[in-house]
Amino acid sequence: MVMTNLPGAADAVHPTTEDHSPHAATRGPRRRKTLLKRLRRSPVLYLMLIPGIVYFAVFKYAPMYGITIAFKDYLPFLGMQGSPWVGLEHFERLFSGPDFGRLMKNTLILALLNIVIAFPAPIIVALMLNELRKQLLKKFIQTAIYIPHFLSWAIVSGLTYLLFALDTGPITVLFNTVFDADVNFLADPDWFRPLIMAQTLWKGTGWGTIIYLAALAGVDKQLYEASMIDGAGRFQQLRYVTIPALVPTIVIMLILNIGNFLDTGFEQIYMLTNSLNREVADVFDTYVYFMGITNGAYSYSTAIGLFKSIVGLILILGANWLAKKYTESSLF
Amino acid sequence: MPIAYNTPRDKIFDGVNIALLLVFAALTILPFLYVLAASFATEAEIASRPFFLWPNDPTLETYKYVFSTNTFLRSLLVTIGVTVVGTAVQITLTMLMAYPLSDPNLVGRGLIMRLVLFAMLFSGGMIPLFLVVKQLGLLDSYWALILPMAINPFNLIIIRTFFQQLPHELREAAEIDGANEFTTFWRIMLPLSKPIIATFSLFYAVGLWNDFMSPLLYISDSSKWTLQMFVRQVTISTDPSTTLGNLDPNYVPPKEGLKFAIIVIATLPIMCVYPFLQKHFAKGVLIGSVKG
Repeated sequence: MVMTNLPGAADAVHPTTEDHSPHAATRGPRRRKTLLKRLRRSPVLYLMLIPGIVYFAVFKYAPMYGITIAFKDYLPFLGMQGSPWVGLEHFERLFSGPDFGRLMKNTLILALLNIVIAFPAPIIVALMLNELRKQLLKKFIQTAIYIPHFLSWAIVSGLTYLLFALDTGPITVLFNTVFDADVNFLADPDWFRPLIMAQTLWKGTGWGTIIYLAALAGVDKQLYEASMIDGAGRFQQLRYVTIPALVPTIVIMLILNIGNFLDTGFEQIYMLTNSLNREVADVFDTYVYFMGITNGAYSYSTAIGLFKSIVGLILILGANWLAKKYTESSLF
Repeated sequence: MPIAYNTPRDKIFDGVNIALLLVFAALTILPFLYVLAASFATEAEIASRPFFLWPNDPTLETYKYVFSTNTFLRSLLVTIGVTVVGTAVQITLTMLMAYPLSDPNLVGRGLIMRLVLFAMLFSGGMIPLFLVVKQLGLLDSYWALILPMAINPFNLIIIRTFFQQLPHELREAAEIDGANEFTTFWRIMLPLSKPIIATFSLFYAVGLWNDFMSPLLYISDSSKWTLQMFVRQVTISTDPSTTLGNLDPNYVPPKEGLKFAIIVIATLPIMCVYPFLQKHFAKGVLIGSVKG
């Protein structure tokens, strides 16, 4: 959802042109006068803004100030301001500690799997849906495959536990019978990543098709007619008409995905993590939770979170730069 | 839509395509049908039959027990309350902030928009936010599930864009008639934005209903658990009745069956509103992307 909203958000956040308006450019008393006039003209508007500004100050910018505890030794009774500074101690501990390499590896592998498997899946399904000619059948399939998008990760994870349960889960029984194996999906670290991918595909693929189907609906029918006159078959129409029409959307979605590369989904991973698969399951997001909330190492876990936020910011800015360079649109 | 010929090759193509899509649709729906069937089955049947779509010996035991415990009903009521109040608070705050930001004459608009944008790109992270919520004394308060996510910056920006696209003459006409900005907002802009209010209210409502991370972080008192916390706790425990509670000491509640029943009950409300969700969410995705 969030990602698909971005392109629109994009232009919306291109607001700064009015700052360069003649008003802003005029200097001296005249400018001050218009400013005052503008302020006086709309006091109600400023009143309406207050709750929103308070919200951003308290729940967005105060936590940003709270990042300072990553450079302190946070002690609850001393508070954020009173705790003593320790410089980069927590970062040194993070980078030299045994966990950093493992976290980085786990996060990167899941992120890569997302790009390589979960990203193309909706494109393929959208192309398949686009080839359907019976509208009723198309509607039926869409209605079915959109459902999981609306379910919480608690339910999806609950379903996973039931379907893959040892001895009684239908998928475990089927798999172990067919392959004459003895796999315990939920406990086996080797199966952690495939399970995460299966969940991601199951929950997100159907819904992910919407944006591509919208792009495909905009393809001019005459292009298909012209290609038919030129003798193009189904696959040639797909190759020379449909897919080229989809490329701009694919590029934008890919860039958005790169921006969110490190967001591996806290709820999903947290709920599939257990004491047996921690080795492969720990990613930055969940590790921050276990270290900070469970173990109470507030400063250390804030340092980890900060590291991730900074890398994330660089990725988003980089993705935006790519977008500007290779497509017409940019995110901001 | 691509043009098909009625050649044998095209027919095979269509057949394979339809078959694959139907398999995908079936993979999506079968887990629900199995869980639904198993929730009406006896413990013995769940243990002995790995997969079935119709229980041999249908029973209402699990549901009777789930609804006999006050813990489950409480979590359901808590979730409904948080969702209703939270949606109202969140959509109100978002609309209130979006409207002034759509006025090109507002002093400081550019700065505020930049601060909003920066908050989208960079955040303090989980722990600093947790400490802020803690310092506000909101731990174990339902407000902790609502306020930290009160304004979604994406929604804010899209709603602001919507206001910007409304004809500016509307505001001018209202002002000439002597309305102040709030009256203009209340009497003219809000009625025009009913569809967008509906769409974004649903976004917020589904977010609140499905939220697991906030209760995990901020609610430690199990008597205040939301439905999602409950679903989680029941599905991972070996004996769910320890979570649900058992009022009658002589009664031995079912174990595995409860997990299925809980999932069915937690999924049902979403399924009931699914047609609306599908329509409005699709619209929301497209509102967001049309301009891109």
